[in-house]
Amino acid sequence: MIFKRHSDLPFERDQSTRFLPWIVALMVFLGVLMFAAALVVSDAVDTWDSTLTGRMTVQIPERVANPENTRSLAGLLQATAGVEDVRIVPDGEARALLIPWLGKEIVASGLPVPALIDIKIAPGARIDPVLLRARLAETVPDITVDDHRNWLSALITLARTAEILAFAILALIASAAIIAVIFTTRSGLAVHSAIIELLHQMGARDTYIASQFQLQALMLALRGGIAGALSATIVLLIFGWIGQGIEAAFLPKLSLSPLGWLALLLVPAGAVLIAMLTARMTVLRALARMP
Amino acid sequence: MLSFENVGMRYGVGPEVLRDISFKLAPGSFHFLTGSSGAGKTTLLKLMYLALRPTRGLVHVFDQDVSITPRTELPELRQKIGVVFQDFRLINHLTAVENVALPLRVGGARQSEIDSHVRELLSWVGLGERLDARPSTLSGGQQQRVAIARAVINRPKLLLADEPTGNVDDRIAVRLMYLFEELNKTGTTVVIATHNNALVEKFGHPVLRLDDGELTIRRKSDARGPM
Repeated sequence: MIFKRHSDLPFERDQSTRFLPWIVALMVFLGVLMFAAALVVSDAVDTWDSTLTGRMTVQIPERVANPENTRSLAGLLQATAGVEDVRIVPDGEARALLIPWLGKEIVASGLPVPALIDIKIAPGARIDPVLLRARLAETVPDITVDDHRNWLSALITLARTAEILAFAILALIASAAIIAVIFTTRSGLAVHSAIIELLHQMGARDTYIASQFQLQALMLALRGGIAGALSATIVLLIFGWIGQGIEAAFLPKLSLSPLGWLALLLVPAGAVLIAMLTARMTVLRALARMP
Repeated sequence: MLSFENVGMRYGVGPEVLRDISFKLAPGSFHFLTGSSGAGKTTLLKLMYLALRPTRGLVHVFDQDVSITPRTELPELRQKIGVVFQDFRLINHLTAVENVALPLRVGGARQSEIDSHVRELLSWVGLGERLDARPSTLSGGQQQRVAIARAVINRPKLLLADEPTGNVDDRIAVRLMYLFEELNKTGTTVVIATHNNALVEKFGHPVLRLDDGELTIRRKSDARGPM
């Protein structure tokens, strides 16, 4: 074979391309971390949502709580249309819920704790907590019915905002990568203008020349993309390892699912694709100005 | 094959470097293009090989009006034109073989075809021993022969050469002229821009003469006369 190289253009001597892999590596590193953060937040919101949606909690203040009251309320709830399951939360379990917030000693020192009844609502059923509370209060006054909506909706809004912010930052990172590739490609076009003019005169189609820049962008972005993705993976593994030690009952599991890890591959793949397409478009636009 | 009608050319807002150029080249013809330095020979060649568009007038290449030919169809026309540049324009990081093979690659030729044709032609122009040499290691004359081989490798229908014998001795110059004539005999239309009056007289082809941006044509019988 006469040709060992793939390009008519001496890209290996082109100083302007030297920094592109580093830029892509940095972009991919940040991109993978942002995408991972977005996925974790999204998973957390889904977990909160699926755990707490479709559930209500009836609280019976300690001063009126007794086993008889609790059982009669549970019986009423069991008979309520739309209720799938009713569970009286044992006192020990209710106290355990307070330990992360107040500490073991305070909870164990005779702190008054309300009795709790956990209600699971049948899929598709809708129960108005105000009406339910009014009905139950006829049996045991001063009870409260909590459908978790108040704090859950605020938390979900916050989490969704964080998610949108993460994706917006990803978009900014992609834009910065596009700009870097455009400048590198333009610089390459200027450096190799004599050879490009020669190929053009020989009858090379614009796509013939563009494909050489495209291949070069692919190789550089691939190098940077792999380095950036590997670095980000190491950071995420370290975070995951540190996160294992955190015990917080109110926090959902902050880790990526196997599908999430796979989804992270989209970032380097996207970076390579963006680099190739940007290089191609930049060259085609520049060549279109030639006669 | 090629025709110019009242063609004028100026760069930017400068004066016209070519004025009212009109001529026709028949298929298979052989012409010399002469004129003093700065007369507009290179500009005229650039118009012929479609590197420039005229500021006025009509240029037809292979019977196509280039002013209305879509840009996407121009590469096909350019592939039928071989050009020998005055400054060779060899690609320094490619070997002699790779440089000569470029037009074939651009045209999508098969690798086996490229291998045999290129080596054969380079041997014919006396560079059989320097196939894998890079241009920077070749002498001026050798570079010129590589440039000529590259221009003729795909048997162009129109060959344009700008001072192709400028850097070679008389023996090689004559040999190169024979190569052009051989190519001409196979149907290629040839235009050679040159200052070498001896060569013009020896080969006696018609002459397109440029003086101060204006063209005069001398038929074959006149060409042997004083220029």
